[in-house]
Amino acid sequence: MKKYRCNICGYIYDEAQGVPDEGIAPGTRWADVPNDWSCPDCGVAKADFDMEEC
Amino acid sequence: MNPICIIGTGLAGYTLAKELRRQKYSGSLVLITADEGRYYSKPLLSTALAQNKDTTALTLATAEQMASELQAEIKTGSPVTAIEPQQHTVTFGSTCLTYDKLVLAIGSTPIRLPLTGDGAQEVLSVNNLDDYGHFRQLVQQSRRVAIIGPGLIGCEFANDLLQSGREVLIIGPDRWPISSLLPEQAGRAVQQALASHGAVWHLETVNGPIEKSGTGYRTVLKNGVTVTADLILSAVGVRPVTALAQQAGLQVERGIVTDGYLRTSAADIFALGDCAAVNGRNLPFVAPLMAGAKALATTLCGQETAVTYPVMPIAIKTTLYPIITLPPGTTEGHWEIEPSDSGVTGRHFNAQAILDGFVLTGQATTQKSVLIKELNQ
Repeated sequence: MKKYRCNICGYIYDEAQGVPDEGIAPGTRWADVPNDWSCPDCGVAKADFDMEEC
Repeated sequence: MNPICIIGTGLAGYTLAKELRRQKYSGSLVLITADEGRYYSKPLLSTALAQNKDTTALTLATAEQMASELQAEIKTGSPVTAIEPQQHTVTFGSTCLTYDKLVLAIGSTPIRLPLTGDGAQEVLSVNNLDDYGHFRQLVQQSRRVAIIGPGLIGCEFANDLLQSGREVLIIGPDRWPISSLLPEQAGRAVQQALASHGAVWHLETVNGPIEKSGTGYRTVLKNGVTVTADLILSAVGVRPVTALAQQAGLQVERGIVTDGYLRTSAADIFALGDCAAVNGRNLPFVAPLMAGAKALATTLCGQETAVTYPVMPIAIKTTLYPIITLPPGTTEGHWEIEPSDSGVTGRHFNAQAILDGFVLTGQATTQKSVLIKELNQ
């Protein structure tokens, strides 16, 4: 499981934890997060930014 | 057809341009910037030292790459000197360009205190990529850094400097850190947390003249304490850039005045991001900018759309002790605070006893979605 950081606001997406409140189950790989998902902190669309591994 | 013209290539300008293309705007697009037009995220400048990032690492794309991605013309190194709303023109250098629609995405600029002393001119502020590059270079040679301003940006830089092994002292008249966004108990928790990592706070006082001393600086605080540092960073807030709009006769108050459609007082001119006061509110954060860019792109594509803001808590990037805050819209009402060893949970209730704001610190930040749910009920 990896962690990724939003390159706009610094939000960290942790694959192990997912974002259950937004319907993204723990263990969801970043690649499997839907393209219409947006960063919970800054709102930038997944399609529009790269998460960098951290 | 004349182009849509965007002044500014910060997060606001580039986000709008991306959104326009995503929404299938196929006309011509011109972005004009005074700087090199590199695409980067300003909010990340205050967390970049600890991640050991230089300006190159922070650059997500160059102006050339952006021009190609956006199918846009990007005029770099081109400060705009005039806007003529009647003629629909902008002037930069010797060029006078006619626009169909114009968007001001010109950002904010650091507030500079009227500092005195022979070192005053060397006090830094970090508000763009070039500033950061200069700052980073000087930090390499610095052991102790003094920060003037214990607000959001000051605390983020304090956090970043502590994590990169510097001694940090923070000076300001506030009673507790980030006092404009946090109730006292949350501010105190941050104060203690950063102190436990070595931060030295000089609150409820202000600096005196900044004097050069050896290779660094020295100032006597109003409370009589003398402090020295190798580098001094000013972080006392930002204000919207409005001079260009004012010259053009646009209505300006606390930012360039716009309605909910981001329309300024002049026809076919819009404002977005840190420079704008949308329905009277200047919100210099990323989330409102993203919401604004989406709505404005839709409007510019022909379907008039007012911006609607979701609940937008502010995540403060003090990574040693994270904070999420949704400041209440008014000062009326009261806070209910649940302190615990692992973090503060605070709820603000307005005069009608309705939840209208919250704050979470430390481990309590994991409860963000719970608080948002409560708020939406």
